Amino acid sequence: MSILGCADLSVRIADKAILTSVTLSIEAGKVTTIVGPNGAGKSTLLTCLAGLRQPTSGMATLDGLALASMAPRKRARRLAFLPQTPEIAWSVEGRTLIELGRTPFVGARGPTAEDRAAVDRAMAAARVAPFERRIVDTLSGGERARVLIARALAGEPEWLLADEPLTGLDPAHQLDAAALFRQLAESGVGVVLTLHDLSMALRLSDRIIVLADGGVLGDDPPAAALTPDVLRRAYGVEATLTQGPGGPLIDVIGRA
Amino acid sequence: MRPINRPLLYAVLTAALVVLSSISLIAGKVWVPWDVWLTPDVDPRWAIVFELRLPRTILAIVVGAALGLSGAVLQGYTRNPLADPGVLGVSSMAALGAVLTLYYGVTAFAPWALPVAAISGALVGVAVLMLLSGSASSLVTFILAGAILNILSSAGVSLALSMAPNPWAVNEIVDWLMGSLADRSFEEVRMALPLVVIGCGLLLTTGRALDALTLGDVGARSLGVSMSATRWSLALGVALAAGASVAVTGVIGFVGLVTPHLLRPLVGARPGALLVPSILGGAVVVLAGDILVRLTPAANEVKLGVAMAALGAPFFLVLLLRLRRKIA
Repeated sequence: MSILGCADLSVRIADKAILTSVTLSIEAGKVTTIVGPNGAGKSTLLTCLAGLRQPTSGMATLDGLALASMAPRKRARRLAFLPQTPEIAWSVEGRTLIELGRTPFVGARGPTAEDRAAVDRAMAAARVAPFERRIVDTLSGGERARVLIARALAGEPEWLLADEPLTGLDPAHQLDAAALFRQLAESGVGVVLTLHDLSMALRLSDRIIVLADGGVLGDDPPAAALTPDVLRRAYGVEATLTQGPGGPLIDVIGRA
Repeated sequence: MRPINRPLLYAVLTAALVVLSSISLIAGKVWVPWDVWLTPDVDPRWAIVFELRLPRTILAIVVGAALGLSGAVLQGYTRNPLADPGVLGVSSMAALGAVLTLYYGVTAFAPWALPVAAISGALVGVAVLMLLSGSASSLVTFILAGAILNILSSAGVSLALSMAPNPWAVNEIVDWLMGSLADRSFEEVRMALPLVVIGCGLLLTTGRALDALTLGDVGARSLGVSMSATRWSLALGVALAAGASVAVTGVIGFVGLVTPHLLRPLVGARPGALLVPSILGGAVVVLAGDILVRLTPAANEVKLGVAMAALGAPFFLVLLLRLRRKIA
Protein backbone atom coordinates (compact mmCIF):
# COMPACT_ATOMS: atom_id res chain seq x y z
CA MET A 1 0.00 0.00 0.00
CA SER A 2 1.22 3.43 -0.98
CA ILE A 3 2.16 5.81 1.82
CA LEU A 4 2.38 9.57 1.53
CA GLY A 5 4.03 11.28 4.42
CA CYS A 6 6.26 13.90 5.83
CA ALA A 7 8.94 13.82 8.46
CA ASP A 8 9.80 16.72 10.73
CA LEU A 9 8.58 19.06 8.03
CA SER A 10 8.87 22.80 8.69
CA VAL A 11 8.15 25.75 6.45
CA ARG A 12 9.16 29.30 7.18
CA ILE A 13 8.15 32.15 4.90
CA ALA A 14 9.90 35.45 5.50
CA ASP A 15 10.81 34.53 9.09
CA LYS A 16 7.28 33.49 9.91
CA ALA A 17 6.86 29.85 10.88
CA ILE A 18 3.99 28.44 8.81
CA LEU A 19 4.51 24.77 9.68
CA THR A 20 6.60 23.49 12.56
CA SER A 21 7.94 19.97 12.63
CA VAL A 22 4.98 18.15 11.14
CA THR A 23 5.27 14.36 10.90
CA LEU A 24 2.51 12.40 9.19
CA SER A 25 2.00 9.10 7.48
CA ILE A 26 -1.06 8.88 5.23
CA GLU A 27 -2.31 5.64 3.73
CA ALA A 28 -3.78 5.26 0.29
CA GLY A 29 -7.32 3.94 -0.07
CA LYS A 30 -8.70 6.39 2.47
CA VAL A 31 -10.07 9.90 2.58
CA THR A 32 -7.84 11.94 4.85
CA THR A 33 -8.99 15.46 5.58
CA ILE A 34 -6.92 18.31 6.94
CA VAL A 35 -8.95 20.89 8.84
CA GLY A 36 -7.94 23.92 10.84
CA PRO A 37 -8.50 27.65 11.17
CA ASN A 38 -7.44 30.17 8.54
CA GLY A 39 -3.69 30.52 8.44
CA ALA A 40 -3.09 27.18 10.15
CA GLY A 41 -0.93 26.06 7.24
CA LYS A 42 -3.36 23.63 5.56
CA SER A 43 -2.63 24.74 2.01
CA THR A 44 1.09 24.93 2.67
CA LEU A 45 1.09 21.39 4.05
CA LEU A 46 -0.89 20.14 1.07
CA THR A 47 1.47 21.76 -1.46
CA CYS A 48 4.43 20.22 0.39
CA LEU A 49 2.77 16.80 0.24
CA ALA A 50 2.13 17.39 -3.46
CA GLY A 51 5.84 17.98 -3.97
CA LEU A 52 5.20 21.51 -5.17
CA ARG A 53 6.84 23.33 -2.31
CA GLN A 54 10.26 22.68 -0.93
CA PRO A 55 10.05 22.66 2.88
CA THR A 56 12.53 24.77 4.84
CA SER A 57 13.56 21.64 6.70
CA GLY A 58 12.43 18.05 6.85
CA MET A 59 10.86 16.40 3.86
CA ALA A 60 7.75 15.00 2.26
CA THR A 61 7.94 11.44 1.02
CA LEU A 62 6.02 9.10 -1.24
CA ASP A 63 6.65 5.45 -0.35
CA GLY A 64 9.81 6.48 1.43
CA LEU A 65 11.20 8.46 -1.50
CA ALA A 66 11.75 12.20 -1.06
CA LEU A 67 9.21 13.98 -3.27
CA ALA A 68 11.66 16.79 -3.90
CA SER A 69 14.13 14.44 -5.56
CA MET A 70 11.55 12.63 -7.68
CA ALA A 71 11.46 13.45 -11.39
CA PRO A 72 8.54 15.90 -11.76
CA ARG A 73 6.94 13.94 -14.57
CA LYS A 74 7.12 10.71 -12.62
CA ARG A 75 5.65 12.38 -9.55
CA ALA A 76 2.88 13.94 -11.63
CA ARG A 77 1.86 10.52 -12.95
CA ARG A 78 1.26 9.23 -9.43
CA LEU A 79 -0.06 12.31 -7.72
CA ALA A 80 -2.63 14.86 -8.85
CA PHE A 81 -3.09 18.22 -7.17
CA LEU A 82 -6.10 20.49 -7.27
CA PRO A 83 -5.23 24.01 -6.10
CA GLN A 84 -7.63 26.11 -4.06
CA THR A 85 -8.07 28.89 -6.57
CA PRO A 86 -7.42 27.24 -9.89
CA GLU A 87 -6.48 29.53 -12.70
CA ILE A 88 -7.80 29.00 -16.21
CA ALA A 89 -5.95 31.40 -18.43
CA TRP A 90 -7.51 30.83 -21.84
CA SER A 91 -10.99 30.31 -23.24
CA VAL A 92 -10.53 26.63 -24.03
CA GLU A 93 -13.20 23.94 -24.33
CA GLY A 94 -13.96 21.69 -21.36
CA ARG A 95 -12.36 18.69 -22.97
CA THR A 96 -9.17 20.56 -23.84
CA LEU A 97 -8.84 21.52 -20.18
CA ILE A 98 -9.45 17.97 -18.95
CA GLU A 99 -6.90 16.65 -21.45
CA LEU A 100 -4.24 18.69 -19.67
CA GLY A 101 -4.47 16.08 -16.93
CA ARG A 102 -2.76 13.68 -19.34
CA THR A 103 0.28 15.96 -19.67
CA PRO A 104 2.64 13.68 -17.67
CA PHE A 105 1.77 10.74 -19.94
CA VAL A 106 1.74 12.30 -23.38
CA GLY A 107 4.92 11.71 -25.34
CA ALA A 108 6.37 13.40 -28.40
CA ARG A 109 3.81 11.72 -30.64
CA GLY A 110 0.87 13.35 -28.91
CA PRO A 111 -2.11 11.79 -27.15
CA THR A 112 -2.81 8.10 -27.77
CA ALA A 113 -6.07 6.17 -27.77
CA GLU A 114 -5.35 5.29 -24.12
CA ASP A 115 -5.05 8.99 -23.27
CA ARG A 116 -8.39 9.71 -24.90
CA ALA A 117 -10.00 6.77 -23.12
CA ALA A 118 -8.68 8.02 -19.75
CA VAL A 119 -10.16 11.45 -20.46
CA ASP A 120 -13.51 9.84 -21.30
CA ARG A 121 -13.44 7.86 -18.05
CA ALA A 122 -12.59 10.98 -16.03
CA MET A 123 -15.43 12.89 -17.66
CA ALA A 124 -17.87 10.11 -16.88
CA ALA A 125 -16.70 9.88 -13.26
CA ALA A 126 -17.01 13.63 -12.67
CA ARG A 127 -20.23 13.80 -14.75
CA VAL A 128 -19.03 16.60 -16.95
CA ALA A 129 -19.96 15.15 -20.36
CA PRO A 130 -22.29 18.09 -21.15
CA PHE A 131 -19.35 20.49 -20.82
CA GLU A 132 -17.09 18.66 -23.26
CA ARG A 133 -17.46 21.26 -26.02
CA ARG A 134 -18.39 24.23 -23.85
CA ILE A 135 -15.91 27.09 -23.53
CA VAL A 136 -14.91 27.05 -19.84
CA ASP A 137 -15.59 30.81 -19.48
CA THR A 138 -19.27 30.12 -20.08
CA LEU A 139 -19.50 27.56 -17.25
CA SER A 140 -20.72 28.48 -13.79
CA GLY A 141 -18.25 28.35 -10.90
CA GLY A 142 -19.57 24.98 -9.77
CA GLU A 143 -19.48 23.53 -13.27
CA ARG A 144 -15.92 24.73 -13.70
CA ALA A 145 -14.94 23.14 -10.38
CA ARG A 146 -16.30 19.82 -11.63
CA VAL A 147 -14.38 20.13 -14.89
CA LEU A 148 -11.22 20.77 -12.85
CA ILE A 149 -11.90 17.66 -10.75
CA ALA A 150 -12.21 15.73 -14.01
CA ARG A 151 -8.88 17.24 -15.06
CA ALA A 152 -7.26 15.86 -11.91
CA LEU A 153 -8.83 12.43 -12.48
CA ALA A 154 -7.71 12.25 -16.13
CA GLY A 155 -4.23 11.23 -15.01
CA GLU A 156 -5.78 8.32 -13.06
CA PRO A 157 -3.47 9.10 -10.16
CA GLU A 158 -2.71 6.97 -7.11
CA TRP A 159 -3.05 10.10 -5.01
CA LEU A 160 -5.46 12.99 -5.28
CA LEU A 161 -4.66 16.06 -3.20
CA ALA A 162 -7.37 18.72 -3.33
CA ASP A 163 -7.35 22.07 -1.57
CA GLU A 164 -10.89 23.10 -0.63
CA PRO A 165 -12.49 21.14 -3.47
CA LEU A 166 -16.07 21.67 -2.24
CA THR A 167 -15.92 25.45 -2.00
CA GLY A 168 -18.30 27.04 -4.46
CA LEU A 169 -20.34 23.89 -5.07
CA ASP A 170 -24.06 23.83 -4.30
CA PRO A 171 -25.24 21.19 -1.78
CA ALA A 172 -26.21 18.66 -4.43
CA HIS A 173 -22.88 18.90 -6.20
CA GLN A 174 -21.05 18.85 -2.86
CA LEU A 175 -22.69 15.51 -2.22
CA ASP A 176 -21.73 14.30 -5.70
CA ALA A 177 -18.13 15.37 -5.22
CA ALA A 178 -18.01 13.81 -1.74
CA ALA A 179 -19.39 10.55 -3.14
CA LEU A 180 -16.79 10.68 -5.89
CA PHE A 181 -13.96 11.12 -3.37
CA ARG A 182 -15.31 8.19 -1.32
CA GLN A 183 -15.57 6.05 -4.41
CA LEU A 184 -12.00 6.91 -5.40
CA ALA A 185 -10.75 6.00 -1.94
CA GLU A 186 -12.59 2.69 -2.06
CA SER A 187 -10.94 1.92 -5.38
CA GLY A 188 -7.54 2.39 -3.70
CA VAL A 189 -6.74 6.02 -4.45
CA GLY A 190 -5.27 8.04 -1.60
CA VAL A 191 -7.50 11.11 -1.22
CA VAL A 192 -6.18 14.02 0.83
CA LEU A 193 -8.42 17.06 1.21
CA THR A 194 -8.54 20.30 3.07
CA LEU A 195 -12.04 21.35 4.10
CA HIS A 196 -13.66 24.21 5.99
CA ASP A 197 -17.02 22.51 6.37
CA LEU A 198 -16.46 20.47 9.54
CA SER A 199 -19.71 18.49 9.34
CA MET A 200 -18.82 17.49 5.81
CA ALA A 201 -15.35 16.54 6.99
CA LEU A 202 -16.88 14.22 9.60
CA ARG A 203 -19.20 12.56 7.11
CA LEU A 204 -16.69 12.20 4.32
CA SER A 205 -13.41 11.29 5.96
CA ASP A 206 -11.73 8.18 7.30
CA ARG A 207 -9.27 10.29 9.18
CA ILE A 208 -9.16 13.92 10.23
CA ILE A 209 -5.98 15.84 10.89
CA VAL A 210 -6.50 19.06 12.84
CA LEU A 211 -3.87 21.66 12.12
CA ALA A 212 -3.44 24.74 14.31
CA ASP A 213 -0.60 27.22 14.50
CA GLY A 214 1.50 25.20 12.10
CA GLY A 215 1.39 22.00 14.14
CA VAL A 216 -0.77 18.89 14.35
CA LEU A 217 -3.33 19.32 17.13
CA GLY A 218 -5.30 16.18 16.49
CA ASP A 219 -5.13 13.16 14.24
CA ASP A 220 -7.99 10.71 14.68
CA PRO A 221 -10.83 8.86 13.02
CA PRO A 222 -13.85 11.18 12.64
CA ALA A 223 -15.67 9.81 15.69
CA ALA A 224 -12.91 11.06 17.97
CA ALA A 225 -11.44 13.94 15.98
CA LEU A 226 -13.58 17.02 16.45
CA THR A 227 -14.39 17.07 20.14
CA PRO A 228 -15.54 20.34 21.74
CA ASP A 229 -12.12 20.57 23.36
CA VAL A 230 -10.27 20.26 20.07
CA LEU A 231 -12.57 22.79 18.41
CA ARG A 232 -12.05 25.23 21.27
CA ARG A 233 -8.30 24.94 21.05
CA ALA A 234 -8.08 24.95 17.26
CA TYR A 235 -10.73 27.49 16.34
CA GLY A 236 -11.42 29.30 19.58
CA VAL A 237 -15.14 28.48 19.42
CA GLU A 238 -17.63 26.67 21.58
CA ALA A 239 -19.29 23.94 19.56
CA THR A 240 -21.21 20.76 20.11
CA LEU A 241 -21.21 17.60 18.12
CA THR A 242 -24.71 16.23 17.51
CA GLN A 243 -26.16 13.49 15.39
CA GLY A 244 -28.36 14.95 12.67
CA PRO A 245 -30.55 12.90 10.36
CA GLY A 246 -27.85 13.07 7.68
CA GLY A 247 -24.93 12.22 9.92
CA PRO A 248 -22.77 14.02 12.45
CA LEU A 249 -23.33 17.74 12.72
CA ILE A 250 -21.12 20.41 14.27
CA ASP A 251 -23.10 23.25 15.76
CA VAL A 252 -20.99 26.29 16.53
CA ILE A 253 -22.49 28.10 19.51
CA GLY A 254 -20.17 31.07 19.77
CA ARG A 255 -16.67 32.25 20.44
CA ALA A 256 -14.93 30.52 23.30
CA MET B 1 -15.92 30.61 -32.41
CA ARG B 2 -15.46 26.94 -33.16
CA PRO B 3 -11.89 25.88 -33.79
CA ILE B 4 -11.40 25.00 -37.44
CA ASN B 5 -9.58 21.89 -38.45
CA ARG B 6 -5.82 22.10 -38.39
CA PRO B 7 -4.91 20.96 -41.91
CA LEU B 8 -7.35 23.52 -43.30
CA LEU B 9 -5.80 26.31 -41.23
CA TYR B 10 -2.29 25.35 -42.32
CA ALA B 11 -3.39 25.11 -45.95
CA VAL B 12 -5.01 28.56 -45.89
CA LEU B 13 -2.01 30.20 -44.21
CA THR B 14 0.47 28.49 -46.54
CA ALA B 15 -1.57 29.50 -49.58
CA ALA B 16 -1.62 33.11 -48.36
CA LEU B 17 2.13 32.93 -47.83
CA VAL B 18 2.74 31.65 -51.37
CA VAL B 19 0.48 34.24 -52.98
CA LEU B 20 1.98 37.12 -50.98
CA SER B 21 5.53 35.94 -51.68
CA SER B 22 4.78 35.98 -55.39
CA ILE B 23 3.28 39.45 -55.18
CA SER B 24 6.26 40.57 -53.11
CA LEU B 25 8.59 39.56 -55.93
CA ILE B 26 6.54 41.38 -58.56
CA ALA B 27 5.32 44.49 -56.78
CA GLY B 28 7.04 47.81 -56.15
CA LYS B 29 8.06 51.03 -57.90
CA VAL B 30 9.08 48.85 -60.82
CA TRP B 31 6.57 46.14 -61.57
CA VAL B 32 8.23 43.00 -62.74
CA PRO B 33 5.89 40.85 -64.77
CA TRP B 34 6.05 37.08 -64.70
CA ASP B 35 7.62 36.72 -68.17
CA VAL B 36 10.89 38.07 -66.79
CA TRP B 37 11.29 34.74 -65.05
CA LEU B 38 11.44 33.04 -68.41
CA THR B 39 14.36 35.15 -69.63
CA PRO B 40 16.46 35.77 -66.54
CA ASP B 41 19.72 36.46 -68.39
CA VAL B 42 18.39 39.01 -70.86
CA ASP B 43 15.97 41.17 -68.91
CA PRO B 44 17.67 43.73 -66.64
CA ARG B 45 14.68 43.68 -64.31
CA TRP B 46 15.79 40.22 -63.25
CA ALA B 47 18.43 41.89 -61.12
CA ILE B 48 15.70 43.77 -59.25
CA VAL B 49 13.94 40.53 -58.52
CA PHE B 50 16.96 38.54 -57.58
CA GLU B 51 19.19 41.09 -55.83
CA LEU B 52 16.53 43.17 -54.10
CA ARG B 53 13.14 41.57 -53.91
CA LEU B 54 14.12 37.98 -53.28
CA PRO B 55 16.19 38.70 -50.15
CA ARG B 56 13.57 41.20 -49.04
CA THR B 57 10.82 38.62 -49.41
CA ILE B 58 12.83 35.95 -47.59
CA LEU B 59 13.63 38.38 -44.78
CA ALA B 60 9.99 39.37 -44.45
CA ILE B 61 9.09 35.70 -43.99
CA VAL B 62 11.97 35.03 -41.57
CA VAL B 63 11.34 38.11 -39.44
CA GLY B 64 7.56 37.67 -39.52
CA ALA B 65 7.89 34.04 -38.45
CA ALA B 66 10.28 34.96 -35.63
CA LEU B 67 8.08 37.77 -34.32
CA GLY B 68 4.82 35.84 -34.70
CA LEU B 69 6.18 32.85 -32.81
CA SER B 70 7.88 34.98 -30.13
CA GLY B 71 4.57 36.75 -29.55
CA ALA B 72 2.64 33.49 -29.31
CA VAL B 73 5.14 32.01 -26.82
CA LEU B 74 5.30 35.17 -24.69
CA GLN B 75 1.52 35.39 -24.59
CA GLY B 76 1.29 31.74 -23.60
CA TYR B 77 3.94 32.05 -20.92
CA THR B 78 2.60 35.26 -19.41
CA ARG B 79 -1.02 34.13 -19.95
CA ASN B 80 -1.54 37.60 -21.28
CA PRO B 81 -2.91 38.48 -24.72
CA LEU B 82 -1.17 41.87 -24.58
CA ALA B 83 2.32 40.40 -24.58
CA ASP B 84 4.74 40.52 -27.49
CA PRO B 85 8.46 41.27 -27.90
CA GLY B 86 7.63 44.91 -28.62
CA VAL B 87 5.22 45.58 -25.76
CA LEU B 88 7.40 43.74 -23.25
CA GLY B 89 10.46 45.79 -24.25
CA VAL B 90 12.49 42.87 -25.62
CA SER B 91 12.68 44.37 -29.11
CA SER B 92 13.66 47.79 -27.86
CA MET B 93 16.36 46.29 -25.64
CA ALA B 94 17.65 44.49 -28.74
CA ALA B 95 17.54 47.82 -30.57
CA LEU B 96 19.51 49.47 -27.78
CA GLY B 97 22.20 46.79 -28.11
CA ALA B 98 22.32 47.32 -31.86
CA VAL B 99 22.36 51.12 -31.58
CA LEU B 100 25.35 50.97 -29.26
CA THR B 101 27.34 49.10 -31.90
CA LEU B 102 26.24 51.62 -34.54
CA TYR B 103 27.16 54.47 -32.21
CA TYR B 104 30.64 53.18 -31.60
CA GLY B 105 31.00 52.33 -35.28
CA VAL B 106 31.97 48.76 -34.46
CA THR B 107 29.87 47.39 -37.30
CA ALA B 108 32.24 48.80 -39.93
CA PHE B 109 34.98 46.30 -39.09
CA ALA B 110 32.99 43.67 -37.22
CA PRO B 111 29.61 43.15 -38.90
CA TRP B 112 28.75 40.28 -36.53
CA ALA B 113 28.84 42.71 -33.59
CA LEU B 114 25.41 44.09 -34.42
CA PRO B 115 23.44 40.82 -34.19
CA VAL B 116 25.45 39.76 -31.15
CA ALA B 117 24.68 43.05 -29.42
CA ALA B 118 21.02 42.91 -30.44
CA ILE B 119 20.63 39.36 -29.14
CA SER B 120 22.44 40.26 -25.91
CA GLY B 121 20.11 43.25 -25.45
CA ALA B 122 17.10 41.02 -26.04
CA LEU B 123 18.45 38.47 -23.58
CA VAL B 124 18.82 41.13 -20.88
CA GLY B 125 15.24 42.20 -21.60
CA VAL B 126 13.87 38.66 -21.29
CA ALA B 127 15.95 38.03 -18.16
CA VAL B 128 14.48 41.10 -16.45
CA LEU B 129 10.97 39.95 -17.39
CA MET B 130 11.69 36.49 -16.00
CA LEU B 131 13.04 37.88 -12.75
CA LEU B 132 9.94 39.96 -12.28
CA SER B 133 7.71 37.03 -13.13
CA GLY B 134 9.37 34.80 -10.52
CA SER B 135 6.54 33.87 -8.20
CA ALA B 136 3.56 36.15 -8.38
CA SER B 137 3.26 37.44 -11.88
CA SER B 138 0.20 39.27 -13.00
CA LEU B 139 -0.75 40.88 -16.24
CA VAL B 140 0.02 44.26 -14.72
CA THR B 141 3.50 43.22 -13.55
CA PHE B 142 4.46 42.17 -17.05
CA ILE B 143 3.10 45.24 -18.77
CA LEU B 144 4.86 47.49 -16.24
CA ALA B 145 8.10 45.54 -16.59
CA GLY B 146 7.78 46.01 -20.35
CA ALA B 147 7.14 49.72 -19.87
CA ILE B 148 10.26 50.02 -17.72
CA LEU B 149 12.39 48.22 -20.30
CA ASN B 150 10.95 50.39 -23.07
CA ILE B 151 11.69 53.58 -21.13
CA LEU B 152 15.18 52.39 -20.26
CA SER B 153 16.08 51.45 -23.79
CA SER B 154 14.63 54.58 -25.35
CA ALA B 155 16.63 56.64 -22.85
CA GLY B 156 19.75 54.74 -23.92
CA VAL B 157 18.99 55.27 -27.59
CA SER B 158 18.31 58.99 -27.04
CA LEU B 159 21.58 59.28 -25.20
CA ALA B 160 23.41 57.63 -28.08
CA LEU B 161 21.68 59.98 -30.52
CA SER B 162 22.46 63.12 -28.56
CA MET B 163 26.10 62.12 -28.13
CA ALA B 164 26.54 60.88 -31.68
CA PRO B 165 29.89 61.93 -33.15
CA ASN B 166 28.46 63.12 -36.45
CA PRO B 167 25.15 63.63 -38.28
CA TRP B 168 25.74 60.55 -40.40
CA ALA B 169 25.80 58.34 -37.37
CA VAL B 170 22.55 59.96 -36.21
CA ASN B 171 21.03 59.35 -39.62
CA GLU B 172 22.13 55.76 -39.65
CA ILE B 173 20.70 55.10 -36.19
CA VAL B 174 17.39 56.86 -36.81
CA ASP B 175 16.97 55.22 -40.18
CA TRP B 176 17.65 51.82 -38.73
CA LEU B 177 15.46 52.32 -35.66
CA MET B 178 12.32 52.86 -37.68
CA GLY B 179 12.34 49.30 -38.93
CA SER B 180 12.35 48.45 -42.59
CA LEU B 181 13.00 45.69 -45.05
CA ALA B 182 14.13 48.04 -47.83
CA ASP B 183 17.51 47.51 -49.51
CA ARG B 184 18.34 44.35 -47.61
CA SER B 185 20.57 41.81 -49.29
CA PHE B 186 21.39 38.14 -48.95
CA GLU B 187 24.01 39.18 -46.43
CA GLU B 188 21.23 40.00 -43.94
CA VAL B 189 19.45 36.76 -44.80
CA ARG B 190 22.61 34.78 -44.06
CA MET B 191 23.02 36.63 -40.79
CA ALA B 192 19.47 36.27 -39.49
CA LEU B 193 18.21 32.99 -40.88
CA PRO B 194 20.31 30.50 -38.86
CA LEU B 195 19.78 32.41 -35.61
CA VAL B 196 16.06 32.68 -36.16
CA VAL B 197 15.83 28.98 -37.03
CA ILE B 198 17.62 27.99 -33.81
CA GLY B 199 15.52 30.43 -31.77
CA CYS B 200 12.26 29.16 -33.27
CA GLY B 201 13.38 25.57 -32.69
CA LEU B 202 13.83 26.32 -29.00
CA LEU B 203 10.51 28.11 -28.80
CA LEU B 204 8.65 25.23 -30.43
CA THR B 205 9.79 22.91 -27.62
CA THR B 206 7.76 24.94 -25.11
CA GLY B 207 4.34 23.98 -26.53
CA ARG B 208 3.42 21.33 -23.97
CA ALA B 209 4.53 23.53 -21.07
CA LEU B 210 2.53 26.48 -22.42
CA ASP B 211 -0.57 24.27 -22.61
CA ALA B 212 -0.07 23.20 -19.00
CA LEU B 213 0.39 26.84 -17.98
CA THR B 214 -3.26 27.34 -18.88
CA LEU B 215 -3.77 26.06 -15.31
CA GLY B 216 -1.32 28.61 -13.92
CA ASP B 217 2.17 28.16 -12.57
CA VAL B 218 1.19 25.76 -9.76
CA GLY B 219 -1.12 23.83 -12.05
CA ALA B 220 1.63 23.38 -14.64
CA ARG B 221 4.16 22.25 -12.04
CA SER B 222 1.67 19.79 -10.58
CA LEU B 223 1.45 18.28 -14.06
CA GLY B 224 5.17 17.58 -13.96
CA VAL B 225 6.23 20.43 -16.23
CA SER B 226 9.71 21.74 -15.48
CA MET B 227 9.37 25.50 -15.29
CA SER B 228 13.10 26.14 -15.29
CA ALA B 229 13.62 24.21 -18.54
CA THR B 230 10.72 26.13 -20.06
CA ARG B 231 12.17 29.45 -18.93
CA TRP B 232 15.56 28.69 -20.47
CA SER B 233 14.11 27.65 -23.81
CA LEU B 234 11.86 30.67 -23.82
CA ALA B 235 14.53 33.19 -22.85
CA LEU B 236 17.12 31.94 -25.34
CA GLY B 237 14.54 31.32 -28.04
CA VAL B 238 12.96 34.78 -27.83
CA ALA B 239 16.37 36.46 -27.55
CA LEU B 240 17.68 34.65 -30.66
CA ALA B 241 14.54 34.94 -32.77
CA ALA B 242 13.48 38.48 -31.87
CA GLY B 243 17.06 39.72 -31.36
CA ALA B 244 18.25 38.49 -34.76
CA SER B 245 15.15 39.98 -36.39
CA VAL B 246 15.74 43.36 -34.83
CA ALA B 247 19.40 43.13 -35.86
CA VAL B 248 18.54 42.96 -39.56
CA THR B 249 15.37 45.03 -39.82
CA GLY B 250 15.19 47.30 -36.79
CA VAL B 251 12.11 47.31 -34.60
CA ILE B 252 8.94 46.05 -36.27
CA GLY B 253 6.30 46.01 -33.57
CA PHE B 254 2.85 44.57 -33.13
CA VAL B 255 3.34 41.56 -35.43
CA GLY B 256 3.84 39.39 -32.37
CA LEU B 257 0.83 40.97 -30.70
CA VAL B 258 -1.65 40.84 -33.55
CA THR B 259 -0.83 37.48 -35.11
CA PRO B 260 -1.44 35.11 -32.17
CA HIS B 261 -4.47 37.11 -31.15
CA LEU B 262 -6.14 36.73 -34.54
CA LEU B 263 -5.32 33.02 -34.76
CA ARG B 264 -6.20 32.06 -31.16
CA PRO B 265 -9.94 31.46 -31.67
CA LEU B 266 -9.18 29.36 -34.74
CA VAL B 267 -7.12 26.83 -32.77
CA GLY B 268 -9.46 26.58 -29.77
CA ALA B 269 -7.26 28.89 -27.66
CA ARG B 270 -4.78 26.16 -26.73
CA PRO B 271 -1.40 27.98 -26.50
CA GLY B 272 0.63 25.04 -27.82
CA ALA B 273 -1.61 24.71 -30.86
CA LEU B 274 -1.01 28.36 -31.64
CA LEU B 275 2.74 28.12 -32.22
CA VAL B 276 3.04 26.80 -35.78
CA PRO B 277 0.11 28.86 -37.08
CA SER B 278 1.74 31.96 -35.56
CA ILE B 279 4.94 31.26 -37.52
CA LEU B 280 2.98 31.18 -40.77
CA GLY B 281 0.68 34.03 -39.70
CA GLY B 282 3.56 36.30 -38.66
CA ALA B 283 5.20 35.78 -42.05
CA VAL B 284 1.91 36.60 -43.79
CA VAL B 285 1.43 39.79 -41.74
CA VAL B 286 4.95 41.12 -42.36
CA LEU B 287 4.86 40.23 -46.06
CA ALA B 288 1.50 41.95 -46.49
CA GLY B 289 2.72 45.00 -44.57
CA ASP B 290 5.89 45.21 -46.62
CA ILE B 291 4.00 44.98 -49.91
CA LEU B 292 1.65 47.75 -48.74
CA VAL B 293 4.45 50.16 -47.78
CA ARG B 294 6.11 49.55 -51.14
CA LEU B 295 2.91 50.40 -52.96
CA THR B 296 2.04 53.45 -50.88
CA PRO B 297 2.50 56.46 -53.12
CA ALA B 298 5.07 58.64 -51.38
CA ALA B 299 8.36 60.25 -52.33
CA ASN B 300 10.17 58.06 -49.83
CA GLU B 301 8.95 54.62 -48.93
CA VAL B 302 7.02 54.54 -45.65
CA LYS B 303 9.04 52.62 -43.07
CA LEU B 304 7.52 49.25 -42.28
CA GLY B 305 8.08 49.64 -38.53
CA VAL B 306 6.23 52.96 -38.59
CA ALA B 307 3.35 51.56 -40.63
CA MET B 308 3.02 48.55 -38.33
CA ALA B 309 2.97 50.78 -35.27
CA ALA B 310 0.28 52.95 -36.88
CA LEU B 311 -1.86 49.89 -37.57
CA GLY B 312 -0.98 48.15 -34.32
CA ALA B 313 -1.68 50.92 -31.82
CA PRO B 314 -5.45 51.04 -32.50
CA PHE B 315 -5.51 47.26 -32.39
CA PHE B 316 -3.80 47.31 -29.00
CA LEU B 317 -6.36 49.84 -27.82
CA VAL B 318 -9.30 47.66 -28.88
CA LEU B 319 -7.69 44.68 -27.17
CA LEU B 320 -7.21 46.67 -24.00
CA LEU B 321 -10.82 47.86 -24.00
CA ARG B 322 -12.07 44.34 -24.43
CA LEU B 323 -9.72 43.03 -21.74
CA ARG B 324 -10.74 45.80 -19.34
CA ARG B 325 -14.25 44.43 -19.33
CA LYS B 326 -12.87 41.00 -18.49
CA ILE B 327 -10.58 42.14 -15.68
CA ALA B 328 -12.96 44.60 -14.05
